[in-house]
Amino acid sequence: MLKRDFAAVIFFTVVAVFFVFAALLTHPFGSPDNPVMDDYIIHNTQTEVGANNGVTSVVFDYRGFDTLGEATVLFTAVAGVILVFRRLKK
Amino acid sequence: MIYNIPYLAVAALILVGLYGVVFKRNLIKMVIGVTLIESGVNLFLITLGYRKGSTAPIYTSSPGGLMSLPVPQALTLTSIVIGVAVLALMLSFVVYIYRHYKTLDARKIGGEDE
Amino acid sequence: MSMGMSKIVKTVSSVVFPFIVIYGLYIIAHGHLTPGGGFQGGAVVASGCAMLLVAHGSIWTIGKIREKQLSILESTGAVAFILLALLGLVFGTVFFKNFLVGNKFLFGEIPGYLSRVANFNTGGVLPLMNFAVGLKVIAGLFAIVLVMAYATSTFKKGEMEDGKR
Repeated sequence: MLKRDFAAVIFFTVVAVFFVFAALLTHPFGSPDNPVMDDYIIHNTQTEVGANNGVTSVVFDYRGFDTLGEATVLFTAVAGVILVFRRLKK
Repeated sequence: MIYNIPYLAVAALILVGLYGVVFKRNLIKMVIGVTLIESGVNLFLITLGYRKGSTAPIYTSSPGGLMSLPVPQALTLTSIVIGVAVLALMLSFVVYIYRHYKTLDARKIGGEDE
Repeated sequence: MSMGMSKIVKTVSSVVFPFIVIYGLYIIAHGHLTPGGGFQGGAVVASGCAMLLVAHGSIWTIGKIREKQLSILESTGAVAFILLALLGLVFGTVFFKNFLVGNKFLFGEIPGYLSRVANFNTGGVLPLMNFAVGLKVIAGLFAIVLVMAYATSTFKKGEMEDGKR
């Protein structure tokens, strides 16, 4: 028991140092590094997609394949929950 | 260093969630820790795409000027929905474990501590 | 949890529920003009349905709607979403192509460059996809909450739902 607690404290301290170090070395808040793709999307979303909302045009038109994957994950979650509780009520 | 405060807040959220997963014994507290880690990651994704002095990337009644990046906001939408799915499955498994083992202690299930 | 709350709570929640549904359907339908879309509006309507479940009790709610009907609704939303993506393959050249931009019948207008006026007739295939995903999220989240509430309700075999034998 004592050895496991000691190893957990060492692991947590190492991960905490890494996270704080990485948070200080990211690019300054307010100036992203290379927004070439997002500038193209903002300038062309009204002529190519025809919608006023930039975020919805990214979710359903420019990156629609990710939304298909997300719909699959939601369907899998509902199927898994109904499967677990069908065995529980019997 | 004062200009990176959102990233330090993200690191604090993830570390609190990690503390809940590693050091706590109750299964429900572990589930809450995983949810806190997922919230920290979503906050990190949104704060990556901010430009100084910009508004939302929507053209309807916009006041003009710069617009922030829309792609990280779209990725955060997907991440939130996946977080909901993982939380639902985790909670249903916790209920199943409680019905079978009659306890919620993580050290007493699985036949490890006799 | 399985028997519901008092009569005042039941009446007030039944009165407020249509307004929540209209608010959520507004967010889903105007997804290509204002902030929102399929996922956000679906979450609003699903939380309104969860309010009805908490107020009336899980036994009354599962007498009204079973999880098989919710499963059919969710599958309809998923099939409609994939059908719209495959129609982009038939009428255009790639999977998920926006094939309704520029035609004269359905959601085909193009707003001017840097225009700040909201026109509902724009968007191409986006409003139809918003409705499909919104239906899927409503049915999926309500099915999760309903099954969890019914399967963990505490009543013994042989007891009626208000405590009499």
